[in-house]
Amino acid sequence: MKLNLEDIIKSLVDVESIELENVELDVEELVIQAKQAMLMPILQQLQPQAAATLEAKPEQKLEALPEITFEKPVKEYRGQVEEITLGATRSEGGSRSKVIKIGGQRTLYHFEGGWVNKPVVSFDVFDIPQPQFPKALREAWGDFWDSPAEWAREAVKRGADLVTIHLVSTDPKVKDTPISEAAKTVEEVLQAVDVPIVIGGSGNPEKDPALFEKVAAVAENERCLLASANLDLDHKRIVDAAVKYNHNVLSWVSLDINDQKTLNKLLLEEGLPRERLVQDPTTAALGYGLEYTYTMIERIKINALKGEKELAFPVSCGVTNAWAAREAWMNVAEWGPREYRGPLWETVNALAVMIAGADIMMMLHPSAVQAIKAIIDSIFGDYQGVEIKYENWLKV
Amino acid sequence: MAKVSPLEIYKHLPGLNCKECGEDSCMAFASALIERKKKYEDCAPLVREEKYKKKLDKLVELVTPPVKEVVIGTGERACVIGGEEVMYRHELTFFNPTALFIDVSDDLPADELAERVAKINKFAIERVGQKLRLDGIAVRAKSGDPARFGEAVVTAVENSDLPLMLCSFDPEHLEVGLEIAIERRPLIYAATKENVDAVAELAVKHNAPVVASSPGDIQGLLELVAKLRSKGVEDIVLDVGTYPLGAKFGSSLENMVMLRRLAIEKGEKLAGYPIMGVPLVAWLNGDEPAKAAMQECIIASTQLLRYADLLVLHSMDMFSLLPLLTLRQNIYTDPRVPIQVDAKLYEIGKPDENSPVLLTTNFALTYYTVASDIEAGKVDCYLLVVNTEGLAVEPAMAGAKLTGSLVKEAIEESGVENKVKHRKLIIPGMAARISGEIEDLTGWEVIVGPIDSSRIPAFIEQKWKSEA
Repeated sequence: MKLNLEDIIKSLVDVESIELENVELDVEELVIQAKQAMLMPILQQLQPQAAATLEAKPEQKLEALPEITFEKPVKEYRGQVEEITLGATRSEGGSRSKVIKIGGQRTLYHFEGGWVNKPVVSFDVFDIPQPQFPKALREAWGDFWDSPAEWAREAVKRGADLVTIHLVSTDPKVKDTPISEAAKTVEEVLQAVDVPIVIGGSGNPEKDPALFEKVAAVAENERCLLASANLDLDHKRIVDAAVKYNHNVLSWVSLDINDQKTLNKLLLEEGLPRERLVQDPTTAALGYGLEYTYTMIERIKINALKGEKELAFPVSCGVTNAWAAREAWMNVAEWGPREYRGPLWETVNALAVMIAGADIMMMLHPSAVQAIKAIIDSIFGDYQGVEIKYENWLKV
Repeated sequence: MAKVSPLEIYKHLPGLNCKECGEDSCMAFASALIERKKKYEDCAPLVREEKYKKKLDKLVELVTPPVKEVVIGTGERACVIGGEEVMYRHELTFFNPTALFIDVSDDLPADELAERVAKINKFAIERVGQKLRLDGIAVRAKSGDPARFGEAVVTAVENSDLPLMLCSFDPEHLEVGLEIAIERRPLIYAATKENVDAVAELAVKHNAPVVASSPGDIQGLLELVAKLRSKGVEDIVLDVGTYPLGAKFGSSLENMVMLRRLAIEKGEKLAGYPIMGVPLVAWLNGDEPAKAAMQECIIASTQLLRYADLLVLHSMDMFSLLPLLTLRQNIYTDPRVPIQVDAKLYEIGKPDENSPVLLTTNFALTYYTVASDIEAGKVDCYLLVVNTEGLAVEPAMAGAKLTGSLVKEAIEESGVENKVKHRKLIIPGMAARISGEIEDLTGWEVIVGPIDSSRIPAFIEQKWKSEA
């Protein structure tokens, strides 16, 4: 007799009990593979009934609880956040192994049913070594930073959904690396990894438009995210490059929701299609203004769902700014070991913007990335975690 | 009174403009009520005169927050939780910061227990001019022996003045604890489906707030609350269960959001109570301590952002408490307070004509961070605040909002040249790029200071004093 285990499990879920008679299992090792969610109800039944909770005294008769009808408090929303595609596969003219979709929310909360895409994590990679990094980050990346391609490859190994290549050395005040060389770096990174990439500029308003024109051309059809356009530079040139070579644009402002609306509107007027815009309200560090970022993201998402179209785009956050906080890196005995404190600082910063509604978190420390992905997977039900009995917290 | 306008409040006031409340008009009093600077009882005619009874009733209904305020403990360190009116801080503000309770278990040796209690009691860390502290002690009945539990409660009472939470599912334990600690108005943990009759009786008898616990089951929780209310219990805290990272953690977060939304947006009275979480469950996995403490911090931070008003923790490691305390400080900052401080010359300590002049920006957080670092280092100096439109130093530099000409303006307008004899300006390390520009435009000598303001006192000690 051939047993299909999945059918057995299914039947176990549907019936109270099942008895196998006259069956001999002649195997050395029996591995039952089934989704944990499917097995849980059975495993729970196998456990002794609620031994740890208080046993009602037999002479006491429990009064029945009043009956309440409970309905999930879901709401109707008029608006929807634009869905943005990052990366392009071969069939679309790019060379990524898969695309990443972000945004697209129709509801404020996951439990309301309008969420299709998970928030994602991008690892920051720089085009030159970063010896000024705090110790925890030097230890994580110091072996790889001589080559941006190597660094990017390692970032993907450590769980990056995206990689951001920051072309910081092109800044005239840093190294004034020629644009042609920066373009080569972008090509190397594209060859080294097959995840979608974000391209960060120099931050210099004079140089960035020309820089983006060039890198957009060498990365043609890869549907990168050009980071970023802001109110202080010639954003029209960045929009033109994005449209011509098939990329997305990050619209970056400094913690001002009206500026965000203004810039988004300008970029759209300049010809950027709606499905190509991602916004960055600026991420302040935990302890140094995080609440402004938190509230601005909440307002963006709430207004977007109310139907305010100028704000209805996914949000990207430079969580790496967490490391600007002295509490993240400074060696102060009273604050406890910084090898734990630093990554935790970045994790809490990331989870705060994620809870507020961020769609991309740009991050640096591998264990912070691991933690934030576990939280995201918990919320989306993709990570079961270890089963505990809650009441046992009194007994631990 | 979620998002009530002053006009709506005004309709239910006598409209006498009698000023007995201390405000200039009834309209001003209405605004003060919304901002909780005044209480409805401050309107004397309204409370005094029978003819206003209807108005009074309506007003009380309007100004009672949809989430009940629950007080735990007594005296200076009594802790108030709940009382919230909005889902999102920008709609008004959040009022009562999440209370952080640390556990002690009753099976600890007596001296260890006393030591831990004392440590929780005196814990404090200073951040940006605020003292961050822990708010209470959760005594866990782990031993299973009511007498031992009683001893632990005695130790907690004797070694601290913090609010207590008595944790057991056994009414006998709870009664022992309540008899000892009743003067301190402890929170009872917890009424469950199984023990609700006995626990409700205890709560009413001792007039103590009580937790209703129904892990993973909102409907069951609301039924439990209905039952407690029917027995006459008024002060309730909601516990819908906490789990280590995983799918159940995810749904428990959503349960917290649903409870708060039911209370605030749907007017569901049964959900209108403070919510609690137990990040301490991170210690149930048997992970090594550092890992468990980090997971505890992550669970706690997430729950804090998802409307938890009280959290029970185990770790007292600063590396895991500091991010959580800081997050709480951030989220409970009143968003109505402006993001900028006045751009002018500030005196820190007692500066004289030879004292250093330091420069910073008018972003409120930057200013307070720098000022509190200088105060902590007991440096007497002038702090020249430049109007960068509310940006911190780094973004101001990036956005050309901190420039030589702005510094020139600030120097001229502040009158600093009449206050000091020297012409030396210490600028933030991150503004080093514009030092030449400042010197050219102002004629002042620029000294590039440290990148992080915590290093200012040492910098003044070494650089300024040797130069002066």
